[in-house]
Amino acid sequence: MEGTTSFGLALLGMLRDVLPIAAILFGFQVLVLRRPVKQPARVAMGMVFVLLGLTLFLEGLELALFPLGRLMADQLTAPEFIYGPAGSVTATVQWLDYMWVYAFAAAIGFATTVAEPALLAVAIKANQVSGGTITVRGLRYAVAVGVAVGVALGVFRIVTGTPLHWYIISGYIVVIVQTALAPKLMIPLAYDSGGVTTSTVTVPLVAALGLGLAETIPGRSPILDGFGLIAFASLFPIMAVMGYAQLVEWTAQRRNRREEQEQ
Amino acid sequence: MHPADNPLVSHPKKAGPLKIFWTRLRKISEPLVESAVALLPIVLVIAFFQLIVLRQSIPNLGQMLWGAVLVLLGLALFVRGLQMALFPIGEEMAYNFVRKGNLWWLLVFAFTLGFGTTVAEPALIAIAQEAARVAATGEVIENTAQAMDTYATGLRLTVALAVGIALVVGVFRILKGWPVQYLIIAGYFGVVVMTFFAPPEIIGIAYDSGGVTTSTVTVPLVAALGIGLAHTIHGRDPLIDGFGLIAFASLTPMIFVMAYGMLY
Repeated sequence: MEGTTSFGLALLGMLRDVLPIAAILFGFQVLVLRRPVKQPARVAMGMVFVLLGLTLFLEGLELALFPLGRLMADQLTAPEFIYGPAGSVTATVQWLDYMWVYAFAAAIGFATTVAEPALLAVAIKANQVSGGTITVRGLRYAVAVGVAVGVALGVFRIVTGTPLHWYIISGYIVVIVQTALAPKLMIPLAYDSGGVTTSTVTVPLVAALGLGLAETIPGRSPILDGFGLIAFASLFPIMAVMGYAQLVEWTAQRRNRREEQEQ
Repeated sequence: MHPADNPLVSHPKKAGPLKIFWTRLRKISEPLVESAVALLPIVLVIAFFQLIVLRQSIPNLGQMLWGAVLVLLGLALFVRGLQMALFPIGEEMAYNFVRKGNLWWLLVFAFTLGFGTTVAEPALIAIAQEAARVAATGEVIENTAQAMDTYATGLRLTVALAVGIALVVGVFRILKGWPVQYLIIAGYFGVVVMTFFAPPEIIGIAYDSGGVTTSTVTVPLVAALGIGLAHTIHGRDPLIDGFGLIAFASLTPMIFVMAYGMLY
């Protein structure tokens, strides 16, 4: 009974989020474009699927993943785990002591990104548009690797207490250099993949990790140092996708060259 | 001639009930299998860290399994809904706007879509409240509920405005066929310059606000809109010109939030 009530509430909440979007679409379609919607029954059914699907998805995460994930983030960042039961936090933080935290950050960053519905949507579209050259799974794994590296580095930043903007600015420089070198076809998609990585699955867990760390490490303030992980998680996929495209192009070129030599 | 009578086309034997059953089963199970593949890494990561690193048992295993079933079903339904509703709507509207030939209405639509979908975004509401708390602690604003509320609402409107403008610029770029990278790199310069002038407390929030603006419903719609425009307008490539809208929508909020921090 309790489950049904919470599901109902979740569905209502989702409806409230989707309603403005539906109103905008419907308003423009009817008042400005003045065209009936094609296959209205199918579209309405699809909207119901989106609504119901996202609600089930989030409810399921709330039951299966979020509580345990947050608890694990807390436990892994707790001083008792890092320094052993007898140890206490030393005045100077040794960044090497936090190895398991980096590993967890990278692993959870990768895993939650692969399951991110918005990224799945963009990957499906990229697959259709590229005529199958870009695979749905390939793009998601490339983006997920980027998020893994980004979140791990972001956690390292919180542990060491180094300023956020230097990391992000260095990242921008790398992105600009890669933009000049990467295959032109992949650049817009790479930029887009930065924005879609962090939504429903990734943000709650990554935020919990950042806040947990900032609370337990001496000299870090949760409100100042707890932020920034999402910025890492949106920047590094851009590099990963362009890097992946460069790698594919480079191996293809090498194969071509070898084939030419053999002929 | 009925195609079944055409001797030039080879026909497989009429499918028996068992075969029909299998193809149906595959059609139903395929999205579920895809969802399972998407969720497998999370299960592995949680199990590894919980059992091996933290050496604890998994609490509430039954509840977790039930949750996993909901997640699987939900993701499969969402993907089906994408292909039935969000993708076709985005593409059809792009096509209709181009056919109508009215640039202004298209830009108004882009702005409304960006602003309207962002202003009510739950992730943004959460981060705006967090930002208000930071501002109150840093004594930028008074530490009262009312002052914090005003600050948070202002921040939300700022980000929504930023996303609306981003979509206008992004759609305009597709119409003109400008390469996306020059605009994005210009945006990066904007972010870097603003970083040196904005108050330090706002920087972390500003950088994060870029990532949280685009929700799971908005992304497919905006992607389909961009690709639909690139498909419909002569001389545009869907891959080169169609993508890029989401990138703008995650870049402009950073600049706007830092500006908000400076002005407040």
